[in-house]
Amino acid sequence: MRLVEIEDLHVSFAQHEGLVQAVRGVSFSLDAGESLGIVGESGSGKSVTCSALLRLLREPPAKITAATLKLAGEDVLGARNRTISNLRGRIAAMVFQDPMTSLDPVFTIGHQIAETIRAHQKISKKDAFDRAVDLLRRVEIKNPASIARYYPHQLSGGMLQRAMIAMALSCAPKVLIADEPTTALDVTIQAQILQLIKDIQAETGMGLVMITHDLGVVAETVDRVVVMYGGRVMETGPVEAIFEAPLHPYTKALLGSMPGQVAGKRRLVEIPGASPNPAHPPSGCPFHPRCPMATLECREIEPRLEEKLAGRSAACIHVPAQQRVPEAVA
Amino acid sequence: MTTPALELRRLTKRFPARGRIGTQGDGGFLAVDRVDLTLPRNRVVALVGESGSGKTTTGLLALRLLGATGGTILLDGEDITTLNPKAMKAYRRRMQVVFQDSYASLDPMMTLGEIIAEPLGIHGLLTAAERRDQARRWLEKVGLDPSYASRYPHELSGGQRQRVSVARALVLGPTVLVADEPTSALDVSVKAQIINLLQDLQADMGLSMLFISHDLSVVRSFADEVVVMFRGRVVERAPADRIFDDARHPYTRALLDAVPVADPKARRRRKFLTAEEIAAATPRFAAHELEREPLLDTAEPQLVALAGSHYVEAVVGG
Repeated sequence: MRLVEIEDLHVSFAQHEGLVQAVRGVSFSLDAGESLGIVGESGSGKSVTCSALLRLLREPPAKITAATLKLAGEDVLGARNRTISNLRGRIAAMVFQDPMTSLDPVFTIGHQIAETIRAHQKISKKDAFDRAVDLLRRVEIKNPASIARYYPHQLSGGMLQRAMIAMALSCAPKVLIADEPTTALDVTIQAQILQLIKDIQAETGMGLVMITHDLGVVAETVDRVVVMYGGRVMETGPVEAIFEAPLHPYTKALLGSMPGQVAGKRRLVEIPGASPNPAHPPSGCPFHPRCPMATLECREIEPRLEEKLAGRSAACIHVPAQQRVPEAVA
Repeated sequence: MTTPALELRRLTKRFPARGRIGTQGDGGFLAVDRVDLTLPRNRVVALVGESGSGKTTTGLLALRLLGATGGTILLDGEDITTLNPKAMKAYRRRMQVVFQDSYASLDPMMTLGEIIAEPLGIHGLLTAAERRDQARRWLEKVGLDPSYASRYPHELSGGQRQRVSVARALVLGPTVLVADEPTSALDVSVKAQIINLLQDLQADMGLSMLFISHDLSVVRSFADEVVVMFRGRVVERAPADRIFDDARHPYTRALLDAVPVADPKARRRRKFLTAEEIAAATPRFAAHELEREPLLDTAEPQLVALAGSHYVEAVVGG
């Protein structure tokens, strides 16, 4: 089943400086059991895309348009508020970067998870709390019964993120959207949380959307990758293919600038310039001001995301589309 | 042997117990525990560890931005541990700092030119016109157009602001630069620019740099030597390639093992150790395995010397 269907999504925000176009024509989909990584830098539109999918943006100032925006077959754009809150939690749940700001400091962890369960199901307070304890056990928290009675400030960042994942799992969602879930964590804790997310995904067969700026996290966790830049999709494809032979110059540059891939002290390959300002996006391809392959055409033509190889697409006029081998021959 | 640019000897910081959180008994919280560190001239030493390891506190102590509880700080061989603020001022010229958050560390009311020239003014160097000139020259050195001198911090991107922080730190011509997570708040594509800039300036100016970071990938492409901190203690210290190829302390290994690998084909299940398990797994060496006689004649864990300038916290004996 198609869990997520996004076609030609645009999200803009009315600001003092004018219209800020955060997302400009994004399309991708996610099937059941699949894991998708959305990788991009700040301002690439990766978080806004997923917030729009769950209608978490305040409208206005946000304005969302799309040819298709569906969660588990249900239209998100035309849905009423009640349908949307049903979609959130039961169909798709989200885990954010900073668990401290996502949790209420004056209630215990167990209470907050129980409350989430009760928002979606008719169940007694006591049963909900017991379920919360079970969920905490499921995210591998030791002594879940006592931790459930702790307040957020009493727990470490890693424990809080586990609690957030427990909360996201509370209504058995079909899709888990994790927005930089490990960015605020230490590297050893990050590895544990990523492992936990992968294990739970394998166990439940739910779909996973992992939003991150970290190519290493993508390489470790997902099957398929969407590379975003300047509010657009630059490239999509299977994770192994993208790391082995990236198609788009931006993906190439990003992989090339990763430090520490080889031993020894060295100068890194840099990408000149800075990410585009979403209030004044460059004409044509958003990456052209920084692209080593850019020509005059790149300034004028907005490249479309096209299939260049089987299962792999890129939005670049300089990437040739390979002739497809007819299936009978192959 | 030439005098190191910076040397920390048994540097210790104990924060007094005020609340109950994070304190140990009545003795307060021992954030930095007898840290020894040598920063040779013209070298980059990386200080790595996770949050709470004491790496940032060690940097602040070295800079005398925080008072040490015990131990000694030697800058160019001179003891600056207890100098009063007036006497300290002359030494501050020789040791400067770049922080992680360029937004918080640049005054929003000052132009970039004023920000870069300010340290010169504080130290009463040059005329006002010469200082302005120097600021413009430094903007250029860090890869910004000199016309930026009249702009304000909010007009810049994060990477550009960090360039300004670097210019401000280096305008006085220090010998030691402490860089505390200078690239952690930056985008992937900009991170490489700042690392390269620091690397170039370090080589050009013969700077000695204490590079504090949790990001081992950056450290690998940048540092000559790596010092690993865990719970306020130095647990391992070695030339960078030895740390990455032959780490001996369980904490260093855990840290290296946790770094995500940029190769989807190399995915694997990791084994995780708790902090208690790591603390309990202190390595043990027989006396004959050591390069030098251990300093302490006890069963207490201590930093011992292995071949190749490799030091690891271990127990001697058995």
